[in-house]
Amino acid sequence: MTISIDELRDLKADAVVDARGTSCPGPILAAKKGIPAVPAGGLMEVMATDSGTLKDLPAWCKKMGHDFLGYVEEPGYLRLFLRKAA
Amino acid sequence: MAETTTTKKTIVVFSGEMDKILAAFVIANGAAAMGDDVTMFFTFWGLNVLRVDASAHVAKTPLERAFGWMMPRGADHLRTSHFNLAGAGPHLMGHMMKRHHVDPIHSMIETAREQGIKMIACTMSMDVMGIHREELIDGLEYAGVATYLGEADEANVNLFI
Repeated sequence: MTISIDELRDLKADAVVDARGTSCPGPILAAKKGIPAVPAGGLMEVMATDSGTLKDLPAWCKKMGHDFLGYVEEPGYLRLFLRKAA
Repeated sequence: MAETTTTKKTIVVFSGEMDKILAAFVIANGAAAMGDDVTMFFTFWGLNVLRVDASAHVAKTPLERAFGWMMPRGADHLRTSHFNLAGAGPHLMGHMMKRHHVDPIHSMIETAREQGIKMIACTMSMDVMGIHREELIDGLEYAGVATYLGEADEANVNLFI
């Protein structure tokens, strides 16, 4: 099931990690650090400025068994959402 | 739920140039962030990355001492494999890395340690290059080719950089 951008915008994440201003592999390092704080099945938001994150975070999710939900573009940065494995 | 699979990656770090070392640590830290076990095996010129930026009081032969002077002393003193420009290249690249928020190599080494990446120094090449344990950073393991091969047997990616 795909989630629309408007639905993503309204999501309330259980944890938000700010990886803005970091470069590869900073955003996935930040995701790795942040994920223990998220309950199983919970939502995490990753904020990033490195455009490669659009490919890297879904790849990380696939490897780690999490569900990548999509992203929202904000002025100057990206908000990416994932659901932690249950 | 999808099965999370921990796999292993090994990287032989033979080169000592800044750009190649940058690639090695980005891959290593990326793999560790993806849940993999990572082993980095430092040999020959790659050992210079692990040198501490100070002279250690160790007894050396004149030739070992000469090698020590000629080789870069640690992660902040590496040359680049292209556009070294008599030493200006690394500064230019460092400037570009900073501008694009790429961590300097000494930070990447720190991140590698925090992530539990195993860093092994090759004792045979240490002998050949006249590098002593006292001159290298803490937290390393010391071993030879059989250890690397043993690790490589368990890995699904083996890189030689």
